[in-house]
Order: sequence, then structure tokens, then C-alpha cells
Amino acid sequence: MTQPRPETLQKLTPVLTKRWLSPDAWKIDVYQQLDGYAALRKVLTGTPDGRGRDADPVHPDDLIKLIKDSGLRGRGGAGFPTGLKWGFIPQGDGKPHYLVVNADEGEPGTCKDLPLMMYDPHSLVEGVIIASYAIRASRAYIYIRGEAVHAARRLRNAVDEAYRAGYLGKDILGSGFDLDLVVHSGAGAYICGEETALLDSLEGFRGQPRLRPPFPATHGLYACPTVVNNVGTISSVPYIVLGGAAWWKSMGTEKSSGPMIYSLSGRIANPGQYECSMGITLRELIELAGGMQPGHELRFWTPGGSSTPLLTAEHLDVPLDFEGVAGAGSILGTTATQIFSDQDCPVYATYRWLEFYHHESCGKCTPCREGNYWMVRVFRRILAGQGTHEDLDTLLDTCDNILGRSFCGLGDGATSSVTSSLKYFKQDYLDYIEGRTAPKLSEKALVGAH
Amino acid sequence: MGFSQETHDRAREIIARYPADRSRSALLPLLHLVQSEEGYVSPAGVEFCAEQLGINKAQVSAVATFYTMYKRRPTGDWLVSVCTNTMCDVLGGQRVYDALSEHLGVGHEETTADGTITLEHAECLAACDYGPVMTVNYDFFDKVDPDIALGVVAELQSGGRPAPTRGARLCTLKEMSLQLAGFSDTREGAVADGPAGDPTLRGLRLAQQHGVSVAGFDPNTPISGDAPAPAPSRPAPAATGSTAPDVKAPQAKSPEIRAAETRAPDAKTPAPDAPGTTVPTDRAEPDSDAEAAESAGAAANPPAGDAKPAGDNSQPQRGSLRDARSEEGTR
Repeated sequence: MTQPRPETLQKLTPVLTKRWLSPDAWKIDVYQQLDGYAALRKVLTGTPDGRGRDADPVHPDDLIKLIKDSGLRGRGGAGFPTGLKWGFIPQGDGKPHYLVVNADEGEPGTCKDLPLMMYDPHSLVEGVIIASYAIRASRAYIYIRGEAVHAARRLRNAVDEAYRAGYLGKDILGSGFDLDLVVHSGAGAYICGEETALLDSLEGFRGQPRLRPPFPATHGLYACPTVVNNVGTISSVPYIVLGGAAWWKSMGTEKSSGPMIYSLSGRIANPGQYECSMGITLRELIELAGGMQPGHELRFWTPGGSSTPLLTAEHLDVPLDFEGVAGAGSILGTTATQIFSDQDCPVYATYRWLEFYHHESCGKCTPCREGNYWMVRVFRRILAGQGTHEDLDTLLDTCDNILGRSFCGLGDGATSSVTSSLKYFKQDYLDYIEGRTAPKLSEKALVGAH
Repeated sequence: MGFSQETHDRAREIIARYPADRSRSALLPLLHLVQSEEGYVSPAGVEFCAEQLGINKAQVSAVATFYTMYKRRPTGDWLVSVCTNTMCDVLGGQRVYDALSEHLGVGHEETTADGTITLEHAECLAACDYGPVMTVNYDFFDKVDPDIALGVVAELQSGGRPAPTRGARLCTLKEMSLQLAGFSDTREGAVADGPAGDPTLRGLRLAQQHGVSVAGFDPNTPISGDAPAPAPSRPAPAATGSTAPDVKAPQAKSPEIRAAETRAPDAKTPAPDAPGTTVPTDRAEPDSDAEAAESAGAAANPPAGDAKPAGDNSQPQRGSLRDARSEEGTR
């Protein structure tokens, strides 16, 4: 295994992940020994240790400004500036406000939020309390993916502990601020990671996206002003409150500040979670992960989950921040880098992703529902050695009809791997069609393909 | 069948978690609850939820059939899910699924003749760094191969409870459904179960080993005034990298759009959206932040004709399609 160079090691920035090394950091007493709830005390009582009892609580608008100044951008994939999102909430409107945490992690390749809630659940709870205070919400929900029972168990325990410690409920730390927090488990639907589908699901409906505008900032949960933020975003808040905006910006790049948890999977020596300064490159990440597995050479990878267009070995030095990846024609997404080698087939990989999008399309918009259904069948035909050259045109036409013609990003995301694999690996498709590659699927899979 | 008194009590407890006039939010946990008593969502379970919430059975069924985790047929005590999404598949997940399918003699969403084990292939389980993974009642077995998976299933079949790689010791699907309904795991020490695996800690250990940490962290940094005053943060589009002209969001349309979005409630259901539809649009003094929101949101996401919602930037995908097309042309 190759050793990473010192300058690459310096790009590691253990901030959000740091407590994971302490096996009992999920318990409130251990969490409190590790700076836990110090940020909340700083906000509500003026000082981190709570001794400044006479000091005034920080004004919520100052908190919003702090987050704006930090340049924190959403960690759920879209990278929207968090402080700006908070600032959108109309104040003094006489309506209840809500904070909803999107913990419905399910983008293929993404695995950063579940360990965070498993090993450091209180940092999310603390972030929720501070964010709710900033946007003047007295109710908050964490919508956690149903299958994530291991993380939900710890999270529910953390919420119970926080209530008992007086961090949740009425008159938190004597500040007069009230907050109730409910952990709400989903029931197995990828689409509920889309914020408006999540809100519909939380209201007790099928999780289907809403037309925007109006945006959740004015018409969110129960048609009231709502902030929907990702787990990583909210968990960043206590650190910014303690360390300050300037410290936060000492990590990352100018427009993409802070640390980011990069989730590496696939054909590398040591897959895992690597929290690094935003803007690190894949070459450096692979170096940190001990190089490629023996006998494997990088061929294609996703920068941020399967909904982001594939990149190749020529993109090893693209800075992995929002602007850098966009410049390379893809999307930073959830920084879920799935790494595939020369032994993996981009056509087959794309086919499995399409099976996923077909299964998870909520059915609301015809282009996404029907387009993915048919693209799966075209792929099966190609992989069974019965594809035609026209199939490639059909795929691109179908993508053109899905892209931009559905309510939410699921349909757009489904086209990413199709168009990008055709862009970089067309020869692989032709090899199936022209009989140079042995079929990967049997004809049994072809029911309904014609 | 009639549901137990305990389930009735729990249903009340679930409904109490949500605002009084928004009880329908309790539907997902209620469906998990009926599954915890019956092992699946039966017609009786649907009726129970409908009665608790004062909505009709069709409304409940529409939701129950949408979500993968609500099982519509009797399901085994042990739900074995094998991830066959791309990464796990490439690393061997499909072989694991095939081996289990052959051994158990069942296919996707089918249950063994003795009613103990249900097999399914799952979509990405968010543990790609441990792939290929499978779960039993949603607790993880990491880095499985056909032999390991067959061993786990054989132990289940002989009445044992194999220990997951992460998370708590196994409980039955009914017991798990109760946790999904939002009730704490009351098994002694269960919350403590499950150490972090190597991949989770890999980056951290590397930093620790080489003494790398983030400098300059001072928890007493004042909250206001520690950062050089940034340029006025609005107009915001600079941060989103868009140069598109501001497009005024059609705020006046909001109530109509919203109304079109409103699902038809029955007579007993309070209109879920009525209170919120007019207030912000009628405000005499628009909030300046809200206006900034509008212009930032709309500018960053130019509407793509057919009422494509702002909020999803599909530029890169559009570019990818264009490039693939030109590849096509050169053939």
C-alpha cells in the first residue's frame, strides 16, 4: 500500500467526523466533554460554558449573518448557500415556522450522513436547536430514511437525552426559547430525499414532488415557512458558532468553504469516509485511500452519486468543489465518489443505475416514469447482445425527453450516467451491439424489450 | 382482526407528536405500527389507520402502496435484503442475491414455505464503503460474499440470531416496525451495540496517525464581527455561479399553483393547505430577504419552459447530453 505524501495528508480536516473516534460520543455526557452543547450555550447564554448567564442571547439575525458569512453551502447535493436559505424565512408573519432535516440518505454511493447520526447524533440535535432558534421555529423534524434503523436508534436516544437535559422542550437554558423535535422514519422511497417530496411524505401523503414556486421558504411544511437542510449542513452549524466564520473559511475554497466528507467506494485499497478540505482532487483522495486495488486501473467514477455525470481518468485533477466539478461538466452532488476500474463495464453500471431510477421514479411525471421504464429495456437488449445502432439514438432521444421535463431532479439525474457513458464510452456500447463483447445478460431478461 | 389495546394506545401517542390539526402526518408511523402487530399492512391495518386519522381507506392505501417498506403480504420474521445497486453489484452483490435465492428457493419479495424468511433485492443501502452489503431487518452485514450470506441465513433458519457487523443485535421484523413507528429500542444495551467499522474511521485514523488537525479553532470566537464584513450578500446569484438575468417568480400565481397541488381531502379532513395559501402573497410589505430569495432562486435556476421548477440546476446534464449527441454525429 502506498503512503500518502505529507502535503496530501494536510488536506484532511477532521471536524464533523472527529468525535467518531470516541466510541461513546453518542452519549450526552461524553458529547458534552467534547465541546458538546457549548455552541448552544454560546447562543442562548452568551458564553460556551454557560457562565455568562447575564449576557443576552445572540440575536437570531446575527446567527443567520454568521452562517452567511461562513459561506456554508448545503451538503445535500445542490450546494445552496445555507445562510441565504435561512434568511428567506419571512419573519413576523404570524405563522409557525419549521425546520426539517433531510436525513433520507439514499443517493447511490452516498454514505456520509448515516455514520454521522450513528456516531455523533448529538451534533445534529444541537445544530437543529440552533438553526431552529435562528429561523424562529418551535417545531423541528428529522426525516430519517426508514432503512437507517441503526442510526435512528441512536438519534432517538439522543433526542430523549437532550429533552432530559433541558436542551429541548420549554424554555431551553432559561432563554424562553421552546423547541420540540420529532424523529420521523420514512418507509423506503428514494424520492423522499427531494425536499418537496419529503414534505409531502411528512404530511402523510405519497412522497411526490411539488411544483415550485412557491418554495418551501414560504410554503413548506403545512404550507408554512420551512427550511429543509441536509444532515451535514445542520451538523456544521455548532462548529461555525464556536469557531467563527473566518475559521470555517480557512478550509475549502473561496466559493466552497469548509470541510466536506468524501465517501470513497469501489476499486480502491481502502474505501471509507475521508473528511477533507473542499477542493481536494480525486488523485489526492485515491492517494489517501492507499491507491487503487492491485490490478485495477481507474476507468470511470461519479463525483457525487449516481445522479451526477460520470467522469474519467482525465479528470483526476479536477478540484472537487462546487465550481470545479461543474467546470468539468458534472456536479459535486453528495461527494460520493464511486470508483470503477478497467474491469468494470460502464454500460452495465449504467444499466443498474437505470434499474434504480426506474424503481424509484415516483410516477408523477410521465417523462421520468415512462422514459426510465423503456430505457431499462433498451439497456437489457444491448447487454443481451441484441442491441442495434438505433438504440443509441433512442437512448439519447429519451434522455432529451426526460431532462428538464419532470418536476424534480430525479428524472434529470437518471439521464446523467446514460449521456455521460455514451459520451466517454461509446465504443463499449458498440462492442455489445457489434458482437465484440460477450452478452452480459441472458435473453430471459428480455421480456417486453421489443 | 381487532388491534390490541396497546396498539390503540400507541396510535394515540404517535398522533400526539404532530400538531393537532395536522394529524395526517402520523400516517407513516401508524402504518409502521400496524405492521408491528400483524407483520404486514393488511386490509384491517389500512382500516385501522383510516379510523385513527379520520380519512378514508383509499387515502391510506394510496400511501401504503407507495412505500417499499410497507409489505402488503405476510412477511417472514427475517427480511433479508441484498443490495444489488451498481456498486454492490459490481463488487459481488448480485452473486450473493442469486446464491440466497437458490438456497431459499424464493425470489424477490417472496417468503420461504415455513414463513420465516423473506428475500428481497434492495436499492442502495447507503453503505457503499462496506460493499457488498446485506441487511436482516435493516441491520447490516458488511462485505458479504455468497458463503457468508448463506451462513447468516442458515443460522436464522436454525433459530439463531447472527450478530450484525454494525448496529444492534437482531430483532424480529415486527419488533423493528415498532422502532420505525418512533418508539425507542427498549432492549437492554441495544442502543450501545455496534462499533464503528474500519472504513468509517479510515480518514480519521490517517489524520490521527500523522498528527493532522484543523488549526485555529477557538470556541470563544465572538459570534458577530469576527469575519471581515463581506460584500452585501444580495443579490445572491454570485454565490450560485449563475449569470442568468433575474426572473421574477410568479408569486401572484402561488395560490392557484398551490391549489392545483392540493390533494382532494374528504369532508372530515381539514383542508391541509388552506391557512397558508394567501398570507405571504398578500403582505403589504414584502420581506426583503424573501425577495432576495425569489430573485436568487429564480436567477440561479432559469425555468426550462414547461414550468420546470427552479431549484434543480440541470446545466451539467444538458451539457452531457449535448456532448453525447455530438459524439453520435461523428460516428
